[in-house]
Amino acid sequence: MSEPSPKSAVEITAGWRLMAALGGVALLCGVLIVAAFQSTLEPIAKNRRIALERSIFSLIPDGVTLHIYAVSTQGLILLRSDQSMPKGAQRVYAVYDAHRQLRGLVAEAGAVGYADVVRVLYAYDPQRQAIVGFAVGAHRETPGIGDKIRTDAAFQKNFVALEARLDVSGQSLAHPIRTVKHGSKRQPWEIDAISGATITSRAVGRGINDSVSVLLPRLRPHLDKLESPP
Amino acid sequence: MKPGEHPLTAFENFMEGIWKQNPVFVMVLGMCPTLAVTVSAINALGMGVATTFVLVFSCLLVSAIRNWVPKEVRIATYIVIIASFVTVVDYAIQALSLDLYEALGAFIQLIVVNCIILGRAEAHASKHPPLTAVVNALGMGIGFTIGLFALGSVREIFGAGSLFGIALFGPSFQPWIVMLLPPGGFFVLGAWLLLFAGWKQRKEAKDGA
Repeated sequence: MSEPSPKSAVEITAGWRLMAALGGVALLCGVLIVAAFQSTLEPIAKNRRIALERSIFSLIPDGVTLHIYAVSTQGLILLRSDQSMPKGAQRVYAVYDAHRQLRGLVAEAGAVGYADVVRVLYAYDPQRQAIVGFAVGAHRETPGIGDKIRTDAAFQKNFVALEARLDVSGQSLAHPIRTVKHGSKRQPWEIDAISGATITSRAVGRGINDSVSVLLPRLRPHLDKLESPP
Repeated sequence: MKPGEHPLTAFENFMEGIWKQNPVFVMVLGMCPTLAVTVSAINALGMGVATTFVLVFSCLLVSAIRNWVPKEVRIATYIVIIASFVTVVDYAIQALSLDLYEALGAFIQLIVVNCIILGRAEAHASKHPPLTAVVNALGMGIGFTIGLFALGSVREIFGAGSLFGIALFGPSFQPWIVMLLPPGGFFVLGAWLLLFAGWKQRKEAKDGA
């Protein structure tokens, strides 16, 4: 009589049982994820809207209402809050006061800093042709060093009236915005870097410069339209 | 259970993760979030609660289906279950507080690969009934949260001069920035491990005497 092979002693699970177990668990987990997604969709959108509005109105304290526009080479389109951005367009928030006067435009900018992309919101005043406010969004910069861009009073002062003026052609900035070494700011379009956080400071300057360089020439023909709310 | 060992009571089962097998101070598991997100007490608590939620519900489900899942595909099913509960937590935190969500960053998604959770699913939940698995997972989760809070509170106190954002010292206090940087995490963890080992040693000596 031959000895049983070691293989036959091992109980082999049928393939259909393995598939059924994996399929069953996947189905159960799928239902769980979709239910969580559906039930949190509204509160998440609401939280994001509130956080964004809080940041925008902190940049333009006189602001009472805002309207969202998509600005592209094709022109200016008024967006509903739930409407997605057309491809290649830039989002701009037009902020109005209680007298329905335009108080400023807010846009997003971002550039790679020390650890990751530093995202900022900036307020632009079309009358003064200057950036008049700045808020830091998501970032992963070093605590206590790079994240001083949020709290450093001297750095924040750069954005009280940072010149962002178009040249006569209206197609590019008269003076590109740039970050300079701490203590060497001489021009109104320069940003005085934070000592010890130069890379993060430069990311802020680069991000804003790249954003306004594209946005302002596109916005220029439509500024009259933005003077009062739609 | 080894021969000669008595089964754990519900209380012992619960306390296992808090004291005897504390994930942070005894097993030194889950070090990635332990060191990375504990720059403040609120971050530590947020991560601890999120991990506890995933741990408890994953262990409940793993335990409930343990007799139907063939051993050949058990790890794959555990990972799918854990990833699903992490996704639920991810959405829940975004719905509750965007500030906390941004502070915890990618570490919420990284709970999927937290070895405490997969370890509990494989070593405990897959071998015990649901209630026992949940009690044990809850103890582990609370033990992990205590570990994170121990680090987060010390780092916030010294690194920012505050606790839960409330300033503790006067304006003349100079924050120890190093405490908020990665080396600070290692310093504080090392100090807690030393303290915890000292307590344990003293207790064992006392019990032996």
